[in-house]
Amino acid sequence: MDSHLTSDRVDMDDNETTTKFIVNGREYSLKIDNRYTLLDILRDHLRLTGAKKGCDLGECGACTVLLDGKVVNSCQILAARIKDKDIRTVEGLSQSETLHPLQLAFIENDGGQCGYCTPGFIMAAYPLFESEEELSTEEIKLSLAGNLCRCNAYGSIIDSVAYALEIKTNE
Amino acid sequence: MTTTKGNPRFSSVGTRPVRHDGYDKVTGKALYGADVELPGLIHGKVLRSPHAHARIISIDISEAVKVPEVQAIITNQNFPAHKDEAVSETPGPAINLKQQTANILAGDKALYKGHAIAAVAASSLHAAEEALALINVKYEVLPHTSTVEDAIQKDAPLLHEQYQNNIASHDVLELGDVEAGFAQADLIVEREFRTSTVHQGYIEPHSATGWWTPNNKISIWGSSQGHFQIRDRTSLVLGVPVSDIKVIPMEIGGGFGGKTTIYLEPIAALLSKMTGHPVKITMSRSEVLEATGPTSGSYMKVKLGATKEGKITSAYADLKFEAGAYPGSPVGAASNCIFTPYDIENIRIDGYDIVNNKPKTTAYRAPGAPIGSFAAETLIDELAEKIGMDPLDLRIINGAKQGTTRASGISNPVIGGIETFQATKDHVHYQSKKPTPKTGRGVAAGFWINGSGAACAVANVNFNGTINLTIGSMDIGGLRPAAAQHVAEVLGIPVESINPQVGDTETVGYTSMTGGSGGAFKTGWASYEAAQDVKRQMLERAAEVWEASLDDIKLENGFFIHSHDSELKMSFKELAGHLPDTGGPVVGRANLDPRGPGSAFATHVVDIEVDTETGKVTILRYTAAQDAGTAIHPSYVEGQIQGGVVQGIGWALNEEYFMDEFGGMTNSSLLDYRMPTSLDLPMIEALIVEVPNPLHPYGVRGVGEVPIVPPLAAIANAIYDAIGVRMTELPMNPAAVRKAISGG
Repeated sequence: MDSHLTSDRVDMDDNETTTKFIVNGREYSLKIDNRYTLLDILRDHLRLTGAKKGCDLGECGACTVLLDGKVVNSCQILAARIKDKDIRTVEGLSQSETLHPLQLAFIENDGGQCGYCTPGFIMAAYPLFESEEELSTEEIKLSLAGNLCRCNAYGSIIDSVAYALEIKTNE
Repeated sequence: MTTTKGNPRFSSVGTRPVRHDGYDKVTGKALYGADVELPGLIHGKVLRSPHAHARIISIDISEAVKVPEVQAIITNQNFPAHKDEAVSETPGPAINLKQQTANILAGDKALYKGHAIAAVAASSLHAAEEALALINVKYEVLPHTSTVEDAIQKDAPLLHEQYQNNIASHDVLELGDVEAGFAQADLIVEREFRTSTVHQGYIEPHSATGWWTPNNKISIWGSSQGHFQIRDRTSLVLGVPVSDIKVIPMEIGGGFGGKTTIYLEPIAALLSKMTGHPVKITMSRSEVLEATGPTSGSYMKVKLGATKEGKITSAYADLKFEAGAYPGSPVGAASNCIFTPYDIENIRIDGYDIVNNKPKTTAYRAPGAPIGSFAAETLIDELAEKIGMDPLDLRIINGAKQGTTRASGISNPVIGGIETFQATKDHVHYQSKKPTPKTGRGVAAGFWINGSGAACAVANVNFNGTINLTIGSMDIGGLRPAAAQHVAEVLGIPVESINPQVGDTETVGYTSMTGGSGGAFKTGWASYEAAQDVKRQMLERAAEVWEASLDDIKLENGFFIHSHDSELKMSFKELAGHLPDTGGPVVGRANLDPRGPGSAFATHVVDIEVDTETGKVTILRYTAAQDAGTAIHPSYVEGQIQGGVVQGIGWALNEEYFMDEFGGMTNSSLLDYRMPTSLDLPMIEALIVEVPNPLHPYGVRGVGEVPIVPPLAAIANAIYDAIGVRMTELPMNPAAVRKAISGG
């Protein structure tokens, strides 16, 4: 059932490497198992709970984070690939008490129901917020097509992103 | 976001405050099942059957226990033995504990691919996984059966000796005389229908953490739709009193009915007992799809008769629903719902609960109702066409009203069925011309029973005038704000000054699960009563402060006022400041078991286009009308409607369990189990109709489930309108539509 099952015991120590990387502006230097994914590192080592494990196969988008500014499924990024990288998670969006406009927009437009997919959607929308281009609803939909929401709050999620973009334009 | 001015009858009810849990959810601070972290936490993992049906000859764990870091391994033998009979020792439906336990860890047979066989606890997840691969299970592979039609054949392999032909039960609902009813009919429509197994598809996989301490107290953390139900069932399976088990509800990442039972909880608890550590087990996506949920695949034969004026005279349904490995399909609910939108004098429904080699089915949003409705509403459409009548007019003239007797013999309370037919008919969508000649338009109606149950709430008044409201129902669709709105309405204070939270099984009284669309009804009511209790006590305090008679004091718009002395006026907040000097805290409480949750009716209209070359169906426009009684928080009602519709669209067009020749699910990933994405959908317009439920203080009806009922038939009827072919099997994916176009 799990493709990563193995009957050959591998000595964990042989797979550990000290890796330097930045998460939400803070530099880390951790001895980590190379077989770990970025998602596991964020959740299990850094205790960041924003990125969620929905499938561990890159199919649901609940683990979406930014890697050097690019949207990635963190469950598909192996530890070796984060060396010297700048990673941003939903926990790194708000500045102290001030929420990021995307976060505010998701609260005000109720861009989610159960909230499990919400951090992933917010991170997937982040580059849209940073972009200088004016985006149509269809373009927003396309950018978020890799993220699943089973409560099917897609309408209000798209409204939330559009609202955040509008706030930015009006500022 | 749509904004409305709210409901003119109320101050807080009908408004759209932001979610109290919104901040936590957009910052990653909301903690779900798998986010639990405890001192000394170790990890569990479950070994699952690769076979759809096999006798378990032996389980050899001798190599697995040698893996360093492995601390315990359990099988079914580690659970107490239970009798093979249904017991009702706790609130809720009776359960067969032997079967419930064997679904958690298999007994003598594995009954589906993915069936749990053994479980390991180890200090690391990797070690646990490694140990799983070293457990040596000897199986005798048996022939399997994957559909209801195969399962009832004479030579079909039997899953359980006691269920002849794999039929666990056959129940009949009968009203009037169907044969006489068909004899009165001028025309009769009759078809066979088949639907596929589908999954609830919540994005959060199941996770449970158990901690069994040496004093025999058990704590369980996890996300579920009802932590009291999780506690009760775990108690029964483990043979431990409920008073020794505390279940702490974590935030839930979707349930849709699927998180109403136990899978991992007793395993985590038992592994914890054996290791002395808290144990966390989280399912992978393939485990979720292969071993939890789903809802039934089905075979149905349905027949309707009507006069040429359009009066339905008789209705018959043969419903054969798949239960999966153990009895308990939702065929009973389907029987209760299938013809209920209509007033029909003669009805017979044969409902069969059939076991086969698939995961044990669990509730999925209006369990069973969408399946039956797919058949019945397709035939209603066919009747309308044959009679030459508008399909909504046909529904209106046959529509069920207050006092109409249902197939179950129950008489309808105040309902809003015809109101949703009419609202759909009057809506600009239905009134508009179809955008292109190729567009197909379909309508369908749906009914759901709605449930209730015990509910408790505690309202603690803080001395600064705010309220900490603790409810016992898990919040899966916005229940915390909705409960707070009930309190705000009673006390006339802002909803923002109420802090709602879901209490664990030791901090709030017994509350039945959030299911059956009953959460807002029963817990809204409990919150209302808790607020009334606060109001009574606060009035007494005002009387004390003013040294006045209690009879002279009123609470109006958040102010305590004296009837005869206009000088005496205090806000709720000001009076709260006097509590320390007038006897201390005020706590409002409510414990109730309300009846009369109201029935839910919905009518949908959909425009689609069929790509005749590829068979792909595109949804162009969708409008869903629904009687919500009174919408407490209209955005959440709309969210429920839209959510249900889209799950229905997925069910109609794409979702299905693909079973291979060995009886295993082959598409157990979210890429291959294709749920709708943002690209698949237009905006779903939710049209809230309000026929208040007279049995709730504010008129609430449950809203969560009925929106998934009409979409299957509405889309099938729209496809018929577009290409002239009746689709009678789900899903109506491109291959199926292509096949239908080319004549089967």
